[in-house]
Amino acid sequence: MADIQKLQAITSQVRRDIIRMVNAVNSGHPGGSLGCAELFVALYNEVMDYDPANFKMDGKNEDMFFLSQGHISPVWYSVLAHSGHFPPNELATFRKLNSRLQGHPTTHEGLPGIRIASGSLGQGLSVAIGAAQAKKLNDDHKTVYCLMGDGEQQEGQVWEALMYAPHNKIDNLIAIVDYNNAQIDGAVDDVLSLGNLKSKYESFGWDVLEMNGNDFEEVLAVLAQAKSALGNQKPIMIIMTTIMGNGVDFMMGTNGWHGKAPSDEQTTVALAQNPETLGDY
Amino acid sequence: MKTFEITGKKDTRSGFGAGLLEAGKNDENVVALCADLVGSLKMQDFINEFPDRFFQTGIAEANMIGMSAGLTIGGKVPFAGTFANFATGRVYDQIRQTVAYSGKNVKIAASHAGLTLGEDGATHQILEDIGLMKMLPGMVVINPCDYNQTKAATIAVAKHKGPVYLRFGRPSVPIFTPENQEFEIGKAIHLNEGTDVTIVATGHLVWKAIEAGHELAKEGISVDLINIHTIKPLDSEAILKSVAKTGAIVTCEEHNIHGGLGESVAQVLATNNPTPQEFVAVKDSFGESGTPDQLMDKYGLGTVDVVNAVKKVIARK
Repeated sequence: MADIQKLQAITSQVRRDIIRMVNAVNSGHPGGSLGCAELFVALYNEVMDYDPANFKMDGKNEDMFFLSQGHISPVWYSVLAHSGHFPPNELATFRKLNSRLQGHPTTHEGLPGIRIASGSLGQGLSVAIGAAQAKKLNDDHKTVYCLMGDGEQQEGQVWEALMYAPHNKIDNLIAIVDYNNAQIDGAVDDVLSLGNLKSKYESFGWDVLEMNGNDFEEVLAVLAQAKSALGNQKPIMIIMTTIMGNGVDFMMGTNGWHGKAPSDEQTTVALAQNPETLGDY
Repeated sequence: MKTFEITGKKDTRSGFGAGLLEAGKNDENVVALCADLVGSLKMQDFINEFPDRFFQTGIAEANMIGMSAGLTIGGKVPFAGTFANFATGRVYDQIRQTVAYSGKNVKIAASHAGLTLGEDGATHQILEDIGLMKMLPGMVVINPCDYNQTKAATIAVAKHKGPVYLRFGRPSVPIFTPENQEFEIGKAIHLNEGTDVTIVATGHLVWKAIEAGHELAKEGISVDLINIHTIKPLDSEAILKSVAKTGAIVTCEEHNIHGGLGESVAQVLATNNPTPQEFVAVKDSFGESGTPDQLMDKYGLGTVDVVNAVKKVIARK
């Protein structure tokens, strides 16, 4: 049984890191990062099997994670650091010159934990499917995870990949879509509605689960349910409802913090809501 | 001018198909993907031999490129095949982000490049692909000239670590390079020793340049002829050595004058040894429907065009 309190403590530190990172360079994407904090903490602390101290690009006999909406890099960087991929002090280099922590994640600078560049949207699921196919060829029974944004579902390539995976029985893959109904220009429902996403995925042949991504117990239960459904000749999709900006009251319930950094005063308020638990970088 | 014996006629895409099969036998990590053009890309022999190592993506090139990048993560060596148009322009951002910038060992196999695709017309005749691909940091760009060289290039590309753009064509063309040749990426092949002019040709234009060399010899013009199958990295040493001797150069390619081999050669010359240069290339236009030969003639890529370019550049010396 997972220690939810411990996970929540890690999440509090991750939220602090996100706020401090984007504030320090006055750029980055705090909203989606905050909304996905529980998921990242759950995956890297409870769900995935991997060796952070000895990161290998090929990830053989390890679970693998791909982030398709690369703009929420702050949450990933913080969780990668706290899970032992690199020293948390390196978070201070985020988006600065000569850093491995580029604005959007990349393999180019050799940051452990990252296996593909992302940022230009719609591409991650295809990469995850390729990685899952390679695992099958290699007789490697570990799982590939892929997180996408909801706005990103507007990209045509996503639907190419959505069609491919069920047809080819990619059943070592758990895809997750962060359904916060917010993108840069407004609510997803207003910009370009996704319609009934669940029935769309199901009609393509996916096994679809749903969860509240900001509720640890539910996240852990649904991820466990997803894992138990692996190997059933169908790919798995989790529609994860989240609140953009979760954990910082003035950022919640608006898309205004999608790609905007808080001021120093706002940062003070945000940090007061998220106590330091593992030590600030 | 040296004589090159024609040992047969075949399409370069068949050379790719044969090379892919052999690369597959050499290395169990070699896999192939195709976006609904298996017959055109001559991939069927590979599929018959290694059905589990082939991925049919349907008409979904973006997904094919992303999947190829993903397959490399597990140590696979993917050849992603489709027409050159759909292998480059259609998926430029996918190649840029997940292949080139991510440094993935993906081999882009691009058939039906250039005007010689023929009757399908300009929608399918890409003349900008070399430019698009050579601009990507780390991307190797190869355009072999006949069946034997394309087969050898495919085998060599599978052994090379890093992203490669391998460009070949549709029509049946003379086979004049040796069977089972060694193919060294980035190493130009010196076809003829000459003194009056350098001709640097790639792809289908290599044979046209040989024909032109014979025509010019009749008029007493001696051609130093280079078959440059690799456009990036360019064998600048071979080019500079040749122009030091001849003092004039003609570049020949089945590509737009912008962004192609000629432009890469011009950059080498401008920075090392400024030399008069003429370009046998499509003059910044789209193609149209027609037979390959008709199109090559109409768009200035015929033997006579190489001959005329040589005379023009010699006059500028």
